[in-house]
Amino acid sequence: MAPVLEVSGLSTVFHTRRGLVRAVQDVSFSVNAGETLAIVGESGCGKTITALSLMRLIPQPPGEIVSGSVKVDGTDLLKLSEPEMRKMRGSKIAMIFQEPMTALNPLMTVGKQIAEMVMLHDGASKQVARDRAVEMLHHVRIPEPARRAREYPHQMSGGMRQRAMIAMALACKPKVLVADEPTTALDVTIQAQILDLIGDLQKEFGTAVVLITHDLGVVAEVAQRVVVMYAGRKVEEAAVGDLFAHPLHPYPRGLLGSIPRVGSARGLDVSPDERLREITGMVPALNDLPPGCAFAPRCSLADAKCHAQVPPFELKQPDHFAACWQA
Amino acid sequence: MSATISHSFWNNVSYNARRYPLGVAGGIIMIVFVLAAIFASAVAPLDPFNTNAKASLAAPGPVYLMGADMMGRDVFSRLIHGARVSLAVALGATIIGSGIGCAVGLACGYIGGWFDLLVQRVTEVMQALPLLVMALVITASLGPSLRNTIVAIAIPLIPTVARVIRSNVLSLREMPYVEAAKATGMSEWRIAIIHVLPNTLAPLIVLATAQLGSTILTEASLSFLGLGVPEPYPSWGRMLSESAAEYVRTAPWLVIYPGLAISLVVFGSNLLGDALRDALDPRQRD
Repeated sequence: MAPVLEVSGLSTVFHTRRGLVRAVQDVSFSVNAGETLAIVGESGCGKTITALSLMRLIPQPPGEIVSGSVKVDGTDLLKLSEPEMRKMRGSKIAMIFQEPMTALNPLMTVGKQIAEMVMLHDGASKQVARDRAVEMLHHVRIPEPARRAREYPHQMSGGMRQRAMIAMALACKPKVLVADEPTTALDVTIQAQILDLIGDLQKEFGTAVVLITHDLGVVAEVAQRVVVMYAGRKVEEAAVGDLFAHPLHPYPRGLLGSIPRVGSARGLDVSPDERLREITGMVPALNDLPPGCAFAPRCSLADAKCHAQVPPFELKQPDHFAACWQA
Repeated sequence: MSATISHSFWNNVSYNARRYPLGVAGGIIMIVFVLAAIFASAVAPLDPFNTNAKASLAAPGPVYLMGADMMGRDVFSRLIHGARVSLAVALGATIIGSGIGCAVGLACGYIGGWFDLLVQRVTEVMQALPLLVMALVITASLGPSLRNTIVAIAIPLIPTVARVIRSNVLSLREMPYVEAAKATGMSEWRIAIIHVLPNTLAPLIVLATAQLGSTILTEASLSFLGLGVPEPYPSWGRMLSESAAEYVRTAPWLVIYPGLAISLVVFGSNLLGDALRDALDPRQRD
């Protein structure tokens, strides 16, 4: 089966007054229909810029996608004209955002906002589009969808608005759904419901999902594959179980070590292994990256080679890639 | 279907009427003035142009309800006929000025770059001139007539509206729902019209109702200088300004009633505008 989404060699830069900021460098991945790929990393590692690059929503200037290709069903989005790209957005590749509280127009009913998009892409009549909006709200398990469709965003809770956003994103049955931290702004019980919902709809529609998150708990729950990013580059890619069981790169190892577990560190008599570990140091500024591995300054295993040369991203174990001289 | 729509429309109106009693008061004031203006000939008890030397400066009484002016013309009838000019100028100039200002502001905020830079400098030049001076220059070059008066007063209103809308658009276009709309494949112009423009309505209504009053006063000043709507057609502004200096002590009704009419319209439009702004914002409902 050919992957629905194929990203290769994607690089996005920002031309700023302080110089060239390489926000995303040479990122490649692919996602099959019905599969979920998670992109994880801490703030500022290029996750969101990767997502926006897929949608071609990088503000230009100052941003620029300098190289690479983003193929959806074989069509390279980066080669399309802006009007052609507009037709793809929403119909072939859709996106849901982090802030459900502000991602809907406060002056328009939720049903109308979904209907607008259906009319735009499918050329449906007003009535058909309205019906589809209600049907989508039903799909995302909003009770009384017909009544809710006539409500304004402020009349809904955060979780319900995020459901409405998902309904809008999936209304035209896109091949690819880019979810940028869809649950970060929601509380934990709602998070789980939203993730379940995305999973169920994905199965139903066969959508390929790119899930951007910094929450490894979310990754473990819903993703099949994981890409770990650091300072704009991919540092590791593997199946979820594999990555959680034996992370190769010291950065994801550090990330996994920094997750608190219920029961750990409860008393003073914890063994050193059970202590919550942190990754020392700070993410380097993207306009002033070190010459070698970007993680080297924070890495306990780093040697002279790590500081001098960027490690290649290569196959280290079957279906398990990493960019590390030490792995 | 249409029955249910109009039903919910009237429900909505009665609901908002109970919620904003001051707005209703403002609305009634405006409706009374507009009806008086439309049916001026039927409502006015006397001919507003008919002079009567014997009734010169007559005090308010049973015949001349609000007194008579120097030429013996009935002030009440002249006020009712003057409502036509004053309301036409006020509403016309405000709507034209706000409409164009809104379009310019939207374009500036959206297109940005050199276009924005250029237009902003032009509006700054326009704002450097007082409203009256610019209106004066425009009427002087176009010649006095009702239409030219409206145009002359509307043009100086454009910069203020344009700047307010522009700054509003600049912040609105960074809103997540605008980005979300882009992600659904909407074109920039469609987003500007259906997502950004409606959200600039609140400041626009406040601004427009505030301007309504100043347009009536500007028209008064233009008339006083002989550049407004030509004689003998009455306008509130001219009725006020032509008698203010001379008769304010001897025949104060010549000043009080036109002044009252102007104040009432400004007051009514402000009340109505505030209520409209709140009623049109879905977040204020429930």
